[in-house]
Amino acid sequence: MIKVLVICAIGMVISGVAVSRAASPSAERQSSYALMSADTKAMQDDPLLNPATFAVLDGQALWQESVGKKNRSCATCHGDATTSMKGVAASFPKFNSAKGSLVNLEGQINDCRVKHQEAEPLAYESKPLLSLSAFVGTQSKGMPITVERNAANATSLDAGQHLFNQRMGQLNLSCAQCHAERAGQKLAGNPIPQAHPTAYPIYRLEWQAVGSLQRRLRNCLTGVRAEPYALGSKELLDLELFLAWRARGMALETPGVRP
Amino acid sequence: MSKTSRTLVTMPTTAKKGEILEIRIIVQHDMESGFRHTETGQRVPRDIIRDFLCTYNGVEVFRVELHPAMGANPLIIFTTVATESGTLEFKWSGDNGYTSSTSSKLTVT
Repeated sequence: MIKVLVICAIGMVISGVAVSRAASPSAERQSSYALMSADTKAMQDDPLLNPATFAVLDGQALWQESVGKKNRSCATCHGDATTSMKGVAASFPKFNSAKGSLVNLEGQINDCRVKHQEAEPLAYESKPLLSLSAFVGTQSKGMPITVERNAANATSLDAGQHLFNQRMGQLNLSCAQCHAERAGQKLAGNPIPQAHPTAYPIYRLEWQAVGSLQRRLRNCLTGVRAEPYALGSKELLDLELFLAWRARGMALETPGVRP
Repeated sequence: MSKTSRTLVTMPTTAKKGEILEIRIIVQHDMESGFRHTETGQRVPRDIIRDFLCTYNGVEVFRVELHPAMGANPLIIFTTVATESGTLEFKWSGDNGYTSSTSSKLTVT
């Protein structure tokens, strides 16, 4: 069931009801949750059925594990995640002025590991990193995405928007052509979602595993037969920022289940 | 080398005698089918759960033999009849010495 959603600054109302079949871009934003079957929705809604719960529990255990030369755990500095991490995932990606670059949640976790725990960073898409991002992510469940345009992220945001509208690959398609212009229509029998990153990391039934938004973006790029940007690349980060901004005000569902 | 993993059980804790109980049980396991290959062409060896057993006060009430076609994190939903108060034990075993177990208490009135 979709939680209470916030009316965002530009006055859009989020609808969780019917799939829009309008040929023109929908004025209402909708999580891809609404396009799923009743069985898949039930799997996401019940933590005892949601396979991503295991990742959350693994993340909870990792939160307490002391690592690195400093022999610290996340809990050493951040204490109880249910309070300290509330709203955190919903605010990423953000511009890190000390680094001079954009950082997503996984990048922030790794920055903490390297800087404060003096441990090796976790590989993108590795189980430990996915588990930690699922655990931190779910602390923002039900809360609105709070990514806004500001002076620091403006360049990245524009770059991300440009990528979203840029035709790519052998099929010469842009993200916008499917996810903005044709959201609600079908591709190979499946309804096209509006592509809001409200549930990441997700347990994707197709993957039989938990995966990040960047994994999904790489799949899309492969789908249009473009060379996928590398995990952690500037391009994927800029796209993540744009997608989060585009979904600002929508509620986080982490961890989601998707077909 | 034995390994284990997390399990999650959904079932009522109380029931009337003769009532049908629905039990939902999910276990964390990648269920590597043995048919996948790495990017360099190496076959990823099979590593799956082979058996699931549910006993009710020591009596077997439900058993599953799992095969490579079963997906990851297998969810099993089954029913049994509430007969007496006691414990339902759930056990999984599989390749490479994998075992997992959990139990749930039931009060039958």
